[in-house]
Amino acid sequence: MANRIELFLRALGKPLVKFIASLGELTLFIAKSIYHCLTPPFYFKLMGRQFMDIGFYSLPVVGLTTIFAGMVIALQSYTGFARFGAESGVASVVLISVTRELAPALSGLMVAGRIGAAMAAEIGTMRVTEQIDALVTLSTNPFKYLVAPRIIAGVIVLPILVLIGDIIGIFGGYVVCVYKLGFNPANYINSTLQNLESLDIVTGVVKAAVFGFIITLMGCYNGYKSKGGAQGVGEATTNAVVSASILILVFNYIITELFFAK
Amino acid sequence: MSESKIKISNLHKAFGKKVVLDGVDLELRKGESLVVIGGSGTGKSVLIKCIQGLLTPDSGSILIDGEETVGADREQQAALHSKMGMLFQGGALFDSLTVWENVAFGLLENQKMPRKQAKTEAIRVLRQVGLAPDVADLSPSELSGGMQKRVSLARAIATKPEIIFFDEPTTGLDPIMAAVINDLIIESAKGLGATALTITHDMASARKIADRIAMLYKGKIIWEGTVKELDKTDNPYVLQFINGLSQGPIKVEI
Ligand SMILES: Nc1ncnc2c1ncn2[C@@H]1O[C@H](COP(=O)(O)OP(=O)(O)OP(=O)(O)O)[C@@H](O)[C@H]1O
Ligand SMILES: [Mg+2]
Repeated sequence: MANRIELFLRALGKPLVKFIASLGELTLFIAKSIYHCLTPPFYFKLMGRQFMDIGFYSLPVVGLTTIFAGMVIALQSYTGFARFGAESGVASVVLISVTRELAPALSGLMVAGRIGAAMAAEIGTMRVTEQIDALVTLSTNPFKYLVAPRIIAGVIVLPILVLIGDIIGIFGGYVVCVYKLGFNPANYINSTLQNLESLDIVTGVVKAAVFGFIITLMGCYNGYKSKGGAQGVGEATTNAVVSASILILVFNYIITELFFAK
Repeated sequence: MSESKIKISNLHKAFGKKVVLDGVDLELRKGESLVVIGGSGTGKSVLIKCIQGLLTPDSGSILIDGEETVGADREQQAALHSKMGMLFQGGALFDSLTVWENVAFGLLENQKMPRKQAKTEAIRVLRQVGLAPDVADLSPSELSGGMQKRVSLARAIATKPEIIFFDEPTTGLDPIMAAVINDLIIESAKGLGATALTITHDMASARKIADRIAMLYKGKIIWEGTVKELDKTDNPYVLQFINGLSQGPIKVEI
């Protein structure tokens, strides 16, 4: 019996075994990371630095992507709605698409590119130059010192970024509608406020927290297990960004389904 | 002097099919300075990393102060690390921190010393390794290779550990600085009463700092003895190594 299983696995070949092994490795990494995020000691100073890196310095990128996203949605939905003479619907479309989808997904992807890569490069360099070993010999747990502050900061900061992105995106829609399409500003703001529902904001924020976890986790994980000098670090950064981006799109769908599918 | 500090028996470690350590037996007595010599890639760094628990040996036993460390849990390992210091071959300085924060890392994180006091202490140790106080606020990347090595040494001895590992402390230094580092190793080992395990290719340095010398070859300790015994040995492997001969029983794979 055991022999048959072995033959079967052999037939499936090394890639599958490798895949399962790395899945196990990742699961273990996640479990360890969560454990160390929740137990003291906490490195508040390092967390603060991550808040700045992930949050504050991502503001321009998030602002630019969401404002243009809001603007383009306003323009697109106007051309659609104009046929039915329902311009007032534009405000509600902008609101819903920005808060539920565009702000979280676009911010997530942009931050994944910006932060995931930097994180994997930094931790990967620390791995290949033995700085992580040095941490251990100085009785400091690398999960506590490197991984936990990043993940905690990511999970807290992404929702804040997305809330800001919500406002900027809606403002983008407003600008196009009022200055280009000639809407009445008061009417536009009114219909935005009327359509405002907490569920839309909440889904966006939940998505953002999950994306923050994914981005920082992928950055740390790929950096942490990188080996083989500069080339290994380069691979780690690519993997961090690609895997985080794909996971963001997958989880974007899953969370939407959880919230809205009946 | 005869009390055993580290006792390694029958240690094995392989990476995939590549066997690196193949039954290493080695003992360090308390307060002793042991130098391990051996060719490049014979597994000297791997040996040190196994002792520190940075790599998990495949089999064998490592006793530190009579306590088994192979398979020890996280807490036991952390306790062990608090009495060990390590100078990494590549320096391994934290490049996100300043020089003094590197040196004081163990004091700050582990002994929870206040920052001001830790900085004073770091500057004192830096001076001890021949670095001026004004490097304290620089970043490690702004230093020369030799200076980085000294900072690394300062970090290794700053917590006054009971056991210190030096992985090629003098490689890449000018002869005078190498001599200074040798003196420092002797001083920190004898002065602190620390047990020291040094890896080096530099025979002059080995003679100077060693109470005993051991040679690693093909995953085993093939020779062990004092410096005096080294001068009298007729072991062909040791003779070839210490005289730096290209011909002899050790074949270098090119
Ligand atoms: N993490 C690792 N994964 C795979 N192989 C490794 C690893 N670490 C070391 N090795 C291999 O083990 C062997 C011994 O390496 P080690 O670094 O201990 O050599 P060394 O004796 O310290 O050499 P040197 O004097 O050049 O520093 C090398 O062949 C190396 O390729
Ligand atoms: Mg080495």
